Amino acid sequence: MLRRLILTPDDHRIARLTAAAIAIALVESAVPSPLPGVKPGLANIITLLVLLRYDWTTAAWVTLLRVLAVSLLVGQFLAPGFVLSLGGALASLLALFIVQPLVRCQSRWFGPVTLSIVAALAHMLTQLLIVRAWLVPSPGVWVLAPVFFGAALFFGSLNGLIVAWLMQPNAGGVASNENLPHNTQP
Amino acid sequence: MNWFPKHPIRKLLRPGDALVLLAGIAGWVMLSVSLWQSGPAAQAQVRRDGVLVAAYPLNEDRTVSVTGPIGTTMIRIESGRARVVSDPGPRQYCVRQGWLTRPGEMALCAPNHISLTLTGGQPTYESMAY
Repeated sequence: MLRRLILTPDDHRIARLTAAAIAIALVESAVPSPLPGVKPGLANIITLLVLLRYDWTTAAWVTLLRVLAVSLLVGQFLAPGFVLSLGGALASLLALFIVQPLVRCQSRWFGPVTLSIVAALAHMLTQLLIVRAWLVPSPGVWVLAPVFFGAALFFGSLNGLIVAWLMQPNAGGVASNENLPHNTQP
Repeated sequence: MNWFPKHPIRKLLRPGDALVLLAGIAGWVMLSVSLWQSGPAAQAQVRRDGVLVAAYPLNEDRTVSVTGPIGTTMIRIESGRARVVSDPGPRQYCVRQGWLTRPGEMALCAPNHISLTLTGGQPTYESMAY
């Protein structure tokens, strides 16, 4: 006997947003990077939009599903690259969970850029720790830390500004209320 | 130009955001300076009573013994780093300090009046492969 899967609107929403994030991440993985590990992380724009438009749980679903799907598509599931992606994603989700009250309650002062920078730094730091502890067990790894730190700051700010721009009411309607179903914003 | 942001950058970058960014940049500068100000350590200098008694390049492995007022301090130089292996001092601070790797690091065996310091200098060339 077949058991029917009941799909809630939430499932549809998560699937749609994850698909968008996967597309961005795949395009990005095809672009060569000057240094292994340095990339813009544009797919995180989706994570931040979901966090701000919906809630943290949805953002976590979208992000973790994206990491899983992209690693399968790129062919590095359970390879070091996957462990690094997953570690970075978990760390930045944790950081977002901690920082999000600041943005929700003090939105005059703190916006998407804060979220993005904090998440990018958590991502970078965790990946560096994983590399140090597991892949390259040598203190020499820290010599590269300023490069990764600078890249995280730069791309974190850039992504945050993009999110802030997309969140505006008149920004071409990309992330405006009427285009996303089941909006939970008041 | 309907798609262009109508709001000034102030709307996108809120005051707290700017502070977070500035703090990040400050941290980044401090990190870069502390990690990059001097190249790799190149030389180990051994001093007795503050007077240089010997200096060795770090790229040659060797064990050195230096005699001070209360006994002999053994120093080991190995793969670009140096440490005090044994010392007659009662508290063994300089031995427990372990390997010195960066220029400016120092192990001080005060009871025996011996110190071991790393200095920079011409960078030693290392190969790096991805």
